[in-house]
Amino acid sequence: MEQFASLAQGFAVAASPENFVLMLVGILLGVIIGVLPGLGGANGVAILLPLTFSMNPTSAIIMLSCIYWGALFGGAITSILFNIPGEPWSVATTFDGYPLAQQGHAGIALTSAFTASFVGALLAVLLITFMAPMVANFAVRFGPPEFFSVYLLTFCAFIGMNRGAALKTIASMTIGFALAAVGLDTVTGQLRLTFGFTEMLKGFDFLIAVIGLFGIGEILLTMEEGLSFRGGKAKLNLKVVFDTWRELPRYWATSLRSAAVGCLMGIVPGGATPASFMAYGVAKRFSPDAAHFGKGKVEGVVAPETAAHAAGTTALLPMMALGVPGSPTAAVLLGGLLVWGLQPGPLLFIEQKDFVWGLIASMYLGNIVGLFVVLSGVPLFAAILRIPFAIIAPVILIICAVGAYTVHSSIFDIYLMFGFGIVGYVFKKLNYPLAPLVLALVLGDRAEDAFRQSMLLSQGSLAIFFGSAIAGVLTTLATLLLVWPLLAALLTKVRGAAARS
Amino acid sequence: MEAVVALALFALGALVMFDSARIGARWADDGPQAGYFPFYVGLILCAASAVTLFTDLRRSLARGHSFVSIGQLRLILKLLVPFAVFVVAVKPLGIYVASAVFIAYFMMRVGEFARWLTVVVPVGTVVLLFMMFERWFKVPLPKGPLESLLGLG
Repeated sequence: MEQFASLAQGFAVAASPENFVLMLVGILLGVIIGVLPGLGGANGVAILLPLTFSMNPTSAIIMLSCIYWGALFGGAITSILFNIPGEPWSVATTFDGYPLAQQGHAGIALTSAFTASFVGALLAVLLITFMAPMVANFAVRFGPPEFFSVYLLTFCAFIGMNRGAALKTIASMTIGFALAAVGLDTVTGQLRLTFGFTEMLKGFDFLIAVIGLFGIGEILLTMEEGLSFRGGKAKLNLKVVFDTWRELPRYWATSLRSAAVGCLMGIVPGGATPASFMAYGVAKRFSPDAAHFGKGKVEGVVAPETAAHAAGTTALLPMMALGVPGSPTAAVLLGGLLVWGLQPGPLLFIEQKDFVWGLIASMYLGNIVGLFVVLSGVPLFAAILRIPFAIIAPVILIICAVGAYTVHSSIFDIYLMFGFGIVGYVFKKLNYPLAPLVLALVLGDRAEDAFRQSMLLSQGSLAIFFGSAIAGVLTTLATLLLVWPLLAALLTKVRGAAARS
Repeated sequence: MEAVVALALFALGALVMFDSARIGARWADDGPQAGYFPFYVGLILCAASAVTLFTDLRRSLARGHSFVSIGQLRLILKLLVPFAVFVVAVKPLGIYVASAVFIAYFMMRVGEFARWLTVVVPVGTVVLLFMMFERWFKVPLPKGPLESLLGLG
């Protein structure tokens, strides 16, 4: 059980006074980001990333991951009080959270949501603590072919899991690949897709894409609804909190199931949003009175919040151990690691013990701190929403522009971000998923490098992807996931035909 | 709109294929050439967009709902046009002046704010931004003539 010793050391790193302050600042910023429309986990972290370039990597990742936890907590506040999901993963929370608030039980709904988030995260961190060293040991045996099969699995999982819009997922992903290919080809040194523009030499930075696609696009969507941003009052007293806490253990089965769904969706790159919907569905199916879901059931708040937080947390495990992010926010954090000069992957666990275990310890501490901050800060955060949207909207757009500029201190990036913003808005309207684009943009180059290195190893034979047990299993799994939508469609068709005859 | 986007993506895919073919999209003896991956990425993009376009054309005959209503578009443009001006103005004016003007303009345009608020809020926001980036985090942002006049640049 060497992880206990490592973890204890990690706590010593994370609990140092300055890291603790950064943790608090991170959580506060994160909740604000989560509450405001247009700023979310992924682009919030992307905007603040350049500010941490001068910090030491451990402090920086502690602050950034706390922003992420804060955003996960914060999304629930607006969902419950105003029926406006501050984050995509809290859409499912509105189903039962808002009815509860309307019935005058906002306090119960908020306490349940926060506590559920906390439980989900805690279970996920426990999982990470025990699995991280194992995954790392396993991953040491990875070579280029194995890495390529992991990337392949990531991409195929996205296509296979987005039922209904597989074509749009593919389109969105290929755009990401194409954008990733722009610039200097690392193997041959040739210029690709630059069309003679010098600005395109360095390629597209995915941080700019994230800020534009998610930030600007989201603000435009919110704008569509008009400027009437209803404010409301909210208070949370201790009595309600304790009463709710006494009641919550009854839902242990729902919590465990949701946490399991969340952990799975986080490790297999699915992300927090599908996890929250899935957990809601599962909770409804297992509940004795499913008919009351959607009319203000505490379980309906507990399930999606637990799953979203569990998924959001476990998404960091493949990011650290393999360098494959499980969610857009994890992708942004991955970008941060590279900037700080840390190479994610199995060796990170051996060479950067302080960093890895400091981060894991900060997940424990950050979530405890987060729980207290959100429980005590609800009135403050609800007050932010009373600032008129006519002020919030331009300020958020300016913050996005500043964030895009600071990545490379380049004004051209602000223009790019503007373009990505329009694309983000149109894509959201037409149901093109954005996460695959971002993941492909981040992983495209690395996947291609892994593929070409494998080809050099095998002298151009594709059989290398079945050459080792790990690669073979992963490649087969990826292929299965890729054809799953086709298979499912075929099955329903066959079944329908059978039913008719 | 669905069709327009699908067409645009098809064109993008074709462009990617064209440029990749130029630098070599074949399979050489030592594995794929530089354009190999992008070429097929472009091909897949074209194929996916073509199918989306086709299904949309078939479906849109039956359905009458629009991409965005005139009222919604007007609201979005109300924000987007000043933002576009802001983006262009960052270079000549610096980000701080452009920000203040952008917020003030938008607040006035929306109305329902007292005159003094449309001055205090933008200036306050900009000062806060300035302190945060230039002083606390030491991240310099683009500055224009006003800052150099004040001796801050």
